Amino acid sequence: MVRRAALAVLYLALATPAARSWFEASMTGHMLLQIPLLTAIGVLSARLLPGHRQDRLLGVAGGALPCLLLALFVSTYWMLPRALDSALTHPLAEIAKFVSLPLLVGAPLGLAWKRLTLIGRGFVWTNFISMLAVLGWLYIAAPVRVCNNYLLDQQESAGWSMVKLSLLLFACWLGSFFFGAVGRTYGSDSKSETTRRSQRFPGS
Amino acid sequence: MAALVTLLGTGVLWWGSDGFVAFTAESARRAHILRAPRALPPALLEDQDGRAFSLHDYRGKLLAIEFIYTRCSTICRTLGMSFKQIRDRIPAQALGRDFALLTISFDTQSDDPARLKAYANAYGADGRDWRVARVPDAAQLKRLLDAFGIVVIPDGVGGFEHNAALHLLGRDGRLALIGDIDQPLAFADQAARW
Repeated sequence: MVRRAALAVLYLALATPAARSWFEASMTGHMLLQIPLLTAIGVLSARLLPGHRQDRLLGVAGGALPCLLLALFVSTYWMLPRALDSALTHPLAEIAKFVSLPLLVGAPLGLAWKRLTLIGRGFVWTNFISMLAVLGWLYIAAPVRVCNNYLLDQQESAGWSMVKLSLLLFACWLGSFFFGAVGRTYGSDSKSETTRRSQRFPGS
Repeated sequence: MAALVTLLGTGVLWWGSDGFVAFTAESARRAHILRAPRALPPALLEDQDGRAFSLHDYRGKLLAIEFIYTRCSTICRTLGMSFKQIRDRIPAQALGRDFALLTISFDTQSDDPARLKAYANAYGADGRDWRVARVPDAAQLKRLLDAFGIVVIPDGVGGFEHNAALHLLGRDGRLALIGDIDQPLAFADQAARW
């Protein structure tokens, strides 16, 4: 109960004009802090639902695959530079961002994760990490500003942050094969999953 | 279900990128204008000689517009040079009668008529067929910039960063063409065929 309330408070805090302008002041803050935070709120909210509720939602969605595809498409949309620009210039787009990231990216990911095998999770992680690295390199190398609302050096710095983050995530993911968390199990044993909720290792 | 999500998802990305073509707001802006020329809000301008006029005065002529600020030392130079090339490219008899140029400064506070005049002299703008102006009213300026899709942000060293392009207003006063500032001759040739 407390965790759900904390998530709700965090979400509302992120939605305040002060927080929004702080995060959106730089491309790095917007892309690598605000957007992942909104997505994480969705993931955690889905994981905090009771098991039977999660299973029912997963059933409605048609399984883990549609959930992953949904998360993929919606997150790809928000990676378009013009999507970032539109969120900064049009209030409707900003609202769409705040609603779609937790609901259509985070929550489906959170619901589907349990059903993924080790290989499935590895697939998702490696694809995400490589996409992050490529996008980061593109932003570093692009000779023009891709966003009207950000300067060229902000773009470059966001690119470098993305590359560094992708390397860090890769190291963590690789490390998770050698160093597991205490009491952690693999597979779709939902009971042990719910007890491991607070751990946010990749692959968990 | 997976197929449905894939279909919808691809559809959203198609819509969001105008057919997988426009990934940035700038390219989207240019593509939209070609499909649907945009009517502009009314705005009163003040030129380098302190004369007041409006965009409406140019109805019936083609008008090339660019946005600058005179303190700018980088991109606005290219803009000025491009306009000079366009002006030189347009046949002399068409200039003034059928084609005009307008450089608008969005830095209303710093760019008074004297500064605008200095800019005009630097690039050979005659002040008649090629005017350099500003929009005194802040609200009108904002609406104009929004209609054009020009976003101005501080560049962190006391100046501004903005998406720069060559714009063409049709004879009906609608924004109809947006071209690259590095291709003024192509822009001029397109305008000549308009």
